[in-house]
Amino acid sequence: MLAVQQLEAGYGESVILRGVTLQVRPGQVVCLLGRNGVGKTTLMKSIMGVIKARKGTVAYKGSDLTKRAPGQRAKKGIGYVPQGREVFAQLTVFENVLLGLEASTAKRKTIPESAIAKFPVLQAMYGRRGGDLSGGQQQQLAFARALASEPDLLLLDEPCEGIQPSIVDDIRDVIRSIKADGKTAILLVEQSLEFVKSVGDYFYILEKGAVAWEGSLGDLNDEVIRHYLTV
Amino acid sequence: MDVIILQLFNGISVSSILLLIALGLSITFGLMKVINMAHGELIMIGAYTAYVVQNLFADYMPASMFGWYFAIAIPVSFIVAFIFGLVLEMGLIRFLYGRPLDSLLATWGVGLMLQQLARSVFGAPNVGVKSPAWLDGGLTVGDNVFPYKRLFIIGLVLVCLFVMYLYIYRSHPGRRMRAVMQNREMAACLGISTRRVDAVTFAIGSGIAGIAGCALTLIGPIGPAIGTYYIVDAFMVVVLGGVGKLVGTVFGALGIGISNTLFEYWTTASLGKVLVFLCIVAFLQWKPSGFVAMRSRSLDN
Repeated sequence: MLAVQQLEAGYGESVILRGVTLQVRPGQVVCLLGRNGVGKTTLMKSIMGVIKARKGTVAYKGSDLTKRAPGQRAKKGIGYVPQGREVFAQLTVFENVLLGLEASTAKRKTIPESAIAKFPVLQAMYGRRGGDLSGGQQQQLAFARALASEPDLLLLDEPCEGIQPSIVDDIRDVIRSIKADGKTAILLVEQSLEFVKSVGDYFYILEKGAVAWEGSLGDLNDEVIRHYLTV
Repeated sequence: MDVIILQLFNGISVSSILLLIALGLSITFGLMKVINMAHGELIMIGAYTAYVVQNLFADYMPASMFGWYFAIAIPVSFIVAFIFGLVLEMGLIRFLYGRPLDSLLATWGVGLMLQQLARSVFGAPNVGVKSPAWLDGGLTVGDNVFPYKRLFIIGLVLVCLFVMYLYIYRSHPGRRMRAVMQNREMAACLGISTRRVDAVTFAIGSGIAGIAGCALTLIGPIGPAIGTYYIVDAFMVVVLGGVGKLVGTVFGALGIGISNTLFEYWTTASLGKVLVFLCIVAFLQWKPSGFVAMRSRSLDN
């Protein structure tokens, strides 16, 4: 469904990604691993279009998105939960979720039940400003906002970063329930090995801006982890 | 007692004019952070639009209809200034986002060009706009007379404020606008067309400047340089009120307008102005972000 081919991207003079190739199939949870600074977030941003690709292609459902703006990619059905959550601090929780509808192709005016039912805590706080929420609540808000457009592919960039264990468990449950529905594929960047092992189907490990290893859960043994992931 | 009521009314009247000229700027400068020195010229465009509408009514409409020209002039001023703003945004401002010094110089140049354009089309001397007859006279309460024109401007400001509030805080396009102004990159990732939002937002701010210009025709003659008299006051109101908040602009205008009237009453016209400036400087030392500052838990703002 998502096919990234030989992608090169970077900031200004510095090249971060040096030819990344990866694929996400419908309904699959694909995890992106790697040490700090290997280009995981840069890859997510390039897939979303926030960073322009220098070379290579990003294709989604058979159409080439490489030259498209982020908004057009969102309307094609890619939802994005960025690192650092990026909720609109001055807007209310309700308005934040409503903004998720902007990319909705169904032209719906109401928030789909599937997006918000998973986060009962948010409904109780609809009138509060996004910036007044705690980090964990903001993360759930960013999740609900991305799900509001009912995307076919969800990009999750470190959704558990700096969040208390009980909410990490909530987020794990949400990812599992999305996976169980089978409608939405997920590309997940996450540092916690235990977390990705509990939800992931397929794994890519990045090193120096390129894919160094890929395989399924069974192949992700201690040897691989020691070689690519331990510091 | 009467004196106090009269001074208070004058203060509110001055505030309402300040607020009207600053409202448009609270969008283009407050929300979009564009230092638009041509804002005064957009006011001037609105004023001349009212003049043209008046002349058209005088030439082509029966005399009995003349009084209604002003009701037409307000929306027409908005539309003409809106179009000028849209062209300005698409032709110039959009290349200058995030470069305040460049946009300051460029828009100042545009302002000079627009002033010259007005001189070429309408001539250098001031022109008068005849106020409609239904705004002559005043409301008499006890010994005080409140001119209808001043009351009309106060009412117009309230209507503009209310419509702007509805648009910015209660409508879909307004929500998009606030999202883009707060976090452009994330708004784009959600599928919002940031280019279109920028253009429309700037044009709306310009259109409101046009309405302000139309209202200014009620209180005096208009000329090509009318905008330059008001531009400094407008920036002052927005900065004093707190950049980015509508309610701050209201407080800024009330603060400057009322203190200006009172100081002038207690001292003289020029000394009063000096005292107002001193108060603003002192206030901004104490609260650099103005009356109403944006506060939130998030780190970036």
